[in-house]
Amino acid sequence: MTVLHRVESESGVADTATVTAERHSPLEHRVAEFERSAVHGPRGVRLAEEPFLTQLDLRMPPSGTALRAVSEELGLPVPAANRVSGDERQGLLWLGPDEWLLVAEEGRAGELLGVVRSAQQGEAGSAVDVSANRTTLRLSGPMAREVLEKVCSVDLHPRAFSTGHCAQTLLGRAVAVLWQVGREPEYRVLVRCSFANYLADLLLDAMAEFLPG
Amino acid sequence: MLLIRCPWCGDRDEVEFRYGGQADVDYPADPERLDDTAWGNYLFVRANPLGTLTERWVHTAGCRRWFSVVRDTATNEMSPDIPSRRESR
Ligand SMILES: [Zn+2]
Repeated sequence: MTVLHRVESESGVADTATVTAERHSPLEHRVAEFERSAVHGPRGVRLAEEPFLTQLDLRMPPSGTALRAVSEELGLPVPAANRVSGDERQGLLWLGPDEWLLVAEEGRAGELLGVVRSAQQGEAGSAVDVSANRTTLRLSGPMAREVLEKVCSVDLHPRAFSTGHCAQTLLGRAVAVLWQVGREPEYRVLVRCSFANYLADLLLDAMAEFLPG
Repeated sequence: MLLIRCPWCGDRDEVEFRYGGQADVDYPADPERLDDTAWGNYLFVRANPLGTLTERWVHTAGCRRWFSVVRDTATNEMSPDIPSRRESR
């Protein structure tokens, strides 16, 4: 997806200082390929990119007052290990004993950073905008779990992994954050931009057996 | 392949981890007073038992945390490194 957005000059004066810049997502050149590879029906599976999601990396002492305040301000409970609180519009993912990833819709980094930092009240911890670190792949369809299981060693059976679960793990040779967002099943895979093409290749290859004919 | 239990993330494949060697190798209190042999021992000499060894591992492809486990070098059986057990060593 290519999005045009305006870059204002520091001084903010004069139209002549306003330029238009193109923003590119790592997989925008593969949209048509994703569409061609989509399989529908009871043995269907689809892959798409969800670019430019807002991602904030939060590090805080797990028992501190800052974490509680941040959680209250965001309206999201602190998730247990390997879990997500909230939903795909605004979710808090557990990444480690003192680390969380706040994922929200595009363009909310500044606002959310403000909320988190003011709730932290200067206590120990950090909140960093890491939106440009990863892009997001969305894998959905009745066969999505079968596809992921070819490249992932985490147990994804519903008895062990279901909606609202997340895991930082290896998909093939790439480190990714895996997040089940729906029962279909539907997954978000957050992957570093430079690994996105590799992971797309891997998933498309794993999907190929479900293509008709 | 070993299935290693990260104390934070749970059971994961060995390929997600990196090995950090013997645990509890303390930095010398007075390194400037060590002779070459003692410094060399600190840097390079490690226990190599047939049996239990407390080791450091890092969950590289997961939470990226370091932790200790007790591994039986003969069977690769692993158990958590429990602090109370530590003190009795
Ligand atoms: Zn871990």
